[in-house]
Amino acid sequence: MRGAAIIAGYAIRESVRRRVFPVVLVLTVAFLALYALGVYKAYRSIDPFATEQVGAGALIDQQVLFSATLFGLSLFAVLFLGTVLAIFLTHAVVRGDAERGLLQPLVVRPVGRATLLGGRFAAAAIVCAVYVVAVYAAALLITHWVTGWWPDRIVIPAVELAGAVAVLVALSLFGSIVFSATANGIAVFMIFGAGLVAGLLGQIGEALNSNSLNTIANTASWALPFEALYQDALNGITADTAGFTKAALSLGPFGGAQPAGGWLGPFVLAYLAGLAAVALAGFNRKDL
Amino acid sequence: MAAFRARGLEKRYGSVTALGGVDLEVGEGELVGLLGPNGAGKSTLVKIACGLVRASKGTAEVDGAPAGSLAARSALGYLAELFRFPGWYRADELLVLHQRLAGSSGGADERAELLELVGLSEARDRKVEDMSKGMQQRLGIAQALVGSPRVLFLDEPTSALDPVGRRTVRGLLEELRRRGVSVLLNSHLLSEVELVCDRVVILARGVVVAAGRTEELARPRGVEVDTAEGTRLFESARREDAPRIVAELVAAGERVYGVRVMESTLEEIYLEAVGGQTT
Repeated sequence: MRGAAIIAGYAIRESVRRRVFPVVLVLTVAFLALYALGVYKAYRSIDPFATEQVGAGALIDQQVLFSATLFGLSLFAVLFLGTVLAIFLTHAVVRGDAERGLLQPLVVRPVGRATLLGGRFAAAAIVCAVYVVAVYAAALLITHWVTGWWPDRIVIPAVELAGAVAVLVALSLFGSIVFSATANGIAVFMIFGAGLVAGLLGQIGEALNSNSLNTIANTASWALPFEALYQDALNGITADTAGFTKAALSLGPFGGAQPAGGWLGPFVLAYLAGLAAVALAGFNRKDL
Repeated sequence: MAAFRARGLEKRYGSVTALGGVDLEVGEGELVGLLGPNGAGKSTLVKIACGLVRASKGTAEVDGAPAGSLAARSALGYLAELFRFPGWYRADELLVLHQRLAGSSGGADERAELLELVGLSEARDRKVEDMSKGMQQRLGIAQALVGSPRVLFLDEPTSALDPVGRRTVRGLLEELRRRGVSVLLNSHLLSEVELVCDRVVILARGVVVAAGRTEELARPRGVEVDTAEGTRLFESARREDAPRIVAELVAAGERVYGVRVMESTLEEIYLEAVGGQTT
C-alpha cells in the first residue's frame, strides 16, 4: 500500500507539473459558463409553467422536460470531459513512458509492477472521480438555479459517472501496456465513442421496438460498462418521472435510457478486477 | 556468494537471438567491465539482471535472489543507457522519490553525500530540465546509488560525459570498490574499462567471446629496446626475457636507454575477440 501511495503521489504530481489540471480547469470553467448561459437563455424562451396537451388528458411538464434534457446533456459533457482527463492521465503510463525511458528507473525499485499499475490506477481514478463529481455538482446547481428543478436521483448518478470514468481509466491503462501513447489515446477515444453510439442505438431500438438494435446496445453495455453506467445515471435523473413527460424525454438523446438493474455495480467491480488481472499479466510479461 | 550470477542465459526476440547462453559472474566488491559491439546483448543482459526483461532460458541471480524478484531489486542500483527523469523534478526531489521507492532511511544526509559524490552539490535545487545531459547522467548515477545497493548495474554511464565528468565517475567507481559495492559496467569506452575494472567480459552476437583480467587476456608482442643504434624489437620475447636481452646488448657493447615489454592493448584484445564486428 505504501508503494502504491508513493506511485499515486508521483502520478498526481506529474499531472500537476504537466499542467494537465490548469488546462482542464480552464476548459471546465468555459464549459460551465457556456452551460449556464445556454440554460438561462433557453429557459427564458419557454413557458416553464405551461403544460402541453398531447392527447386526451395527456400532459407534458415543460419544466421537467426542459430541465432533464439539458441536465442530461450536461451529464454527457461531464462524462466526455472526465474521459479526456482519464485518457491524458493514463494513455502513456506503460509503453509510452518506457519508450521515453521514464518507467525503467521506477520499475527496478522494489515496489513491484502490480503496485506501480495499482498506484497509477488509483491516482487517475481518484482525480477523475473527484473532477466528475465536482463538475456534475456544478452543472446540477446551475440547472437548479435557473430552472428550480431537482433531478429524481442526485447521488447515484454522480457515483455512476465517477464509476464510468474509472472504467475508462482502467481501459486506458490496459491499452497503455499494448499500444504506444498516441495509438492508445486514439483507441480509448474510439471505444468511448463506440459505447455512446451503441447507447444511442439502444434508445432508437427502444423507440422502434427493434430487437436487433436492443441486442447490440445491451451487448455493448456489458462489454463497455461505462456506457451502462452513463445510461443508468441518465435514467436516474428522471427515475420517478412518469407519463407523457417521461415518454417525451425518452424520444430525446438524453433521457430515454433504461435502468441497468441491480447487477450493474457488482458487474463493474468484476469487470475492473478482470481487467486488472489481464493488465497485470500483460505488464508482468512485458519486456521494458 | 556472487553478487551477480548468470547461467546459460538466453534471450530471443522472435527469430533474433539477443543472448545465446551467457555465463557470467560478478564477485563481491568486484568491478567487471562488459564490452561488446552494438547489438551484442550487453543491455539485454543488464536488463535481465534488473528484472526489466525476462530471460527465454537460463537463470540470473542478484545477491543470491532470482533476478526480478523483490529481494533482487532491493539489492541493486541501476542506470539505464537510455533514461529520462521528469524534467520538473529538482535534483534533491528526484532523490527523495527514489529514497521512498527504495525504502531508504538515509534522509537528507544520504542525498547530500550522493550529490557530492557525483559533483552535483551546487545543483541540488536545479530542475532536471535545466541540466545538461552530462549533469543528468551524473544525477542518474546518484539515483542508482540511493539506498546503498550491494550491486550496481551501469549501462553506458559516461556516454554523455566530458573528460572531467568521466574522471569524476572513475573516481566514484574506485570509491565504490573501496566500499565493497559490486559493479557491472557496460561501456564502449575501452580506456575507461581498462582503467577501473578488475575483469572484463566481452560479448559478441550474444555470447561471451573473452573474459578475464586484462593482463590475462593480453598477448605478448615482444620486447622493445632503445639503444644508441635506434629502437630494436625482439618480437618473440616476453617480459621474463627482458633482463637477458639487456644483458646481452650491454655485453655486446651497446648502450641501452630504455626497455618496453610490449603487450596487446585492451582495444586489440577487444578487436580480436569480436572479429572486427561493429554492429
